Amino acid sequence: MTILSAPVEDVPARRLRLSDLPRLARRHPLVLTGGGLLGLLIILTLAARVYAGDPGNMDPFKRLQPASAEMWFGSDNLGRDVFARTIFGARISLLVGLLSAASASLIGLLIGVIAGYSRSFDNVVMRIMDGLMSIPTILLAIALISLTGPGLGILIVAIAIPETPAVARLVRSVVLGVRERPYVEAALCGGARLTRVLWRHILPSTIPALMVQGATVCASAILTEAGLSFLGVGVPPEIPSWGNMIASSRLYLAIAPLTIFAPGICLAVTVLAVNLLGDGLRDLFDPRARQRR
Amino acid sequence: MNGPLLKVENLTKHYPLGSGLFKKSIPMIRAVEDVSFSVEAGETLCIVGESGCGKSTVARLLMRLVEPTGGRVLIEGTDIAGLTKGALRAWRRRMQMVFQDPYSSLNPRLTAGQIITEPVENFERLSRRQRNALAADLLRKVGMSREMMHRLPSELSGGQRQRLGIARALSLNPSLIIADEAVSALDVSVQAQILNLLLDLQQQMGIAFVFISHDLGVVEHIGHSVAVMYLGRLVELAPCEALFAKPVHPYTEALIAAAPVPDPTRVRLEAPVEGEVPSPIHPPSGCAFHPRCPLAVERCRVEVPALVPMGDGRVVACHVRAPLQDILHLMPVPGDHSLDPMVMSETFAARTSRERR
Repeated sequence: MTILSAPVEDVPARRLRLSDLPRLARRHPLVLTGGGLLGLLIILTLAARVYAGDPGNMDPFKRLQPASAEMWFGSDNLGRDVFARTIFGARISLLVGLLSAASASLIGLLIGVIAGYSRSFDNVVMRIMDGLMSIPTILLAIALISLTGPGLGILIVAIAIPETPAVARLVRSVVLGVRERPYVEAALCGGARLTRVLWRHILPSTIPALMVQGATVCASAILTEAGLSFLGVGVPPEIPSWGNMIASSRLYLAIAPLTIFAPGICLAVTVLAVNLLGDGLRDLFDPRARQRR
Repeated sequence: MNGPLLKVENLTKHYPLGSGLFKKSIPMIRAVEDVSFSVEAGETLCIVGESGCGKSTVARLLMRLVEPTGGRVLIEGTDIAGLTKGALRAWRRRMQMVFQDPYSSLNPRLTAGQIITEPVENFERLSRRQRNALAADLLRKVGMSREMMHRLPSELSGGQRQRLGIARALSLNPSLIIADEAVSALDVSVQAQILNLLLDLQQQMGIAFVFISHDLGVVEHIGHSVAVMYLGRLVELAPCEALFAKPVHPYTEALIAAAPVPDPTRVRLEAPVEGEVPSPIHPPSGCAFHPRCPLAVERCRVEVPALVPMGDGRVVACHVRAPLQDILHLMPVPGDHSLDPMVMSETFAARTSRERR
């Protein structure tokens, strides 16, 4: 509900309540579709153990099988259940996407708020951020992973680092706008400490922009993870991931097309859902969009 | 407590235009130049002047929202311009500010109760119960019902919002409130309510006000003394009655003459002052008012006039009307309207009748 409890800058309507949810959903079908798809996906992956088989179980006698009642999406070249692997692969994608977005947002928020408030810090750090922005994500990830070996943690770090500057830049611009507002000065006149001013009066204004940007980061992180796994520098090969599933099945496209299409379509749908949610949130938070109501 | 509550000495603020890393001399905006005045406890000093004359900068300097370039701001004898951040926080309890815009000066995300109790919570921890009691008390003081404490600013009218701004300023029991154009964003009827609220609060709690305004009607209604500013400088500082009855500085006179009076039979005294306020980046030499002044003489172009005490508690900076050599006597100037007692008593009568209303 944090999404809905942050009113828009400049056009604060009355405080949003839980009962507004259906009305908001009707007005913002993008949020509903994207959020719904994403929510469904999260529930499906969390409950994977209940209905899907073991994704690592190999059966040499059932290699490259077509879809059947037993294995809904058939099996891959090692006789593993493609349906189970697709479902468990979603875990990796969502985990990497959400954690990268969360860490890039948090660090970017911290840097952006301080840069927006302190001029000396701003000059130094934003130049560093400009430098970071110029590093290609894939290249940085390959470099980092070749240093440490493949792993989920380092993958998230590698994806979050190049995404952080964009968040920091965005937050900084919001803070620069808000800090000049009379209510911030009024808080200072009232004897508020800087930490309180930042926390209570400045931070909440950055939340809408942060959420929209977070969704964008999440979508691109999912794609980057798939790309890295496809190249073999993402998650370790024993963990099923959409990227390495596509990579290992690409030789068998003609024999067992589902081995590629299942993870491919899932990847596309997931990224679409996240992007829809991001677009929807942008409309939701856009003052002009809200005034129309 | 000895001496005035607030004493301002030679307050000066220059804003550099751009950063001067590679430039030898940066042009400066002389927003406030050498301003001195004092406010006694429980009194109201009004600062008037045209847009851009430095009124609001004075307010911000008093609250130390901006750092002064020079001069001192003494609150009860302590120079707040020299305080560290921590010590300044304690002194902020003594003086509070009411802002011009009741819309942008309230955080749109906080409820009325949260807004008005926040200053107190900056200094002490409040339980939910204490907070509600404090909010209700403050709302009562500004004439609002306690149910309003759960409203967001967007659910309130402009007048109610400005009452919240005042309640917030009252929450720390300050001895001085700086009101920067506190009523100019409001409708006239609401203005009157807010002004009367401020007057009531002053009577009940003995709060001193520095009231910044461009509206002379408002100033005449609430001021004890009035400071007139032009291009960052004080040109006349006088007790309110004396200033409106008999303005000495030609700029003050022009301001008063330009103010609308709800009396169609009254004849305007002279042709209004023409032209625009000059740029504070390149202020005119000598007296800043001389290019627009009907009385200007050669000396005004050359020499900055000093503030000269006039005997009736008034100081004026004008070479013609208040020359240094001849302090107590006002020199008649050709073309100037007469300062005869009849005109003065008439103005006084007009003022008294207005007050009675």
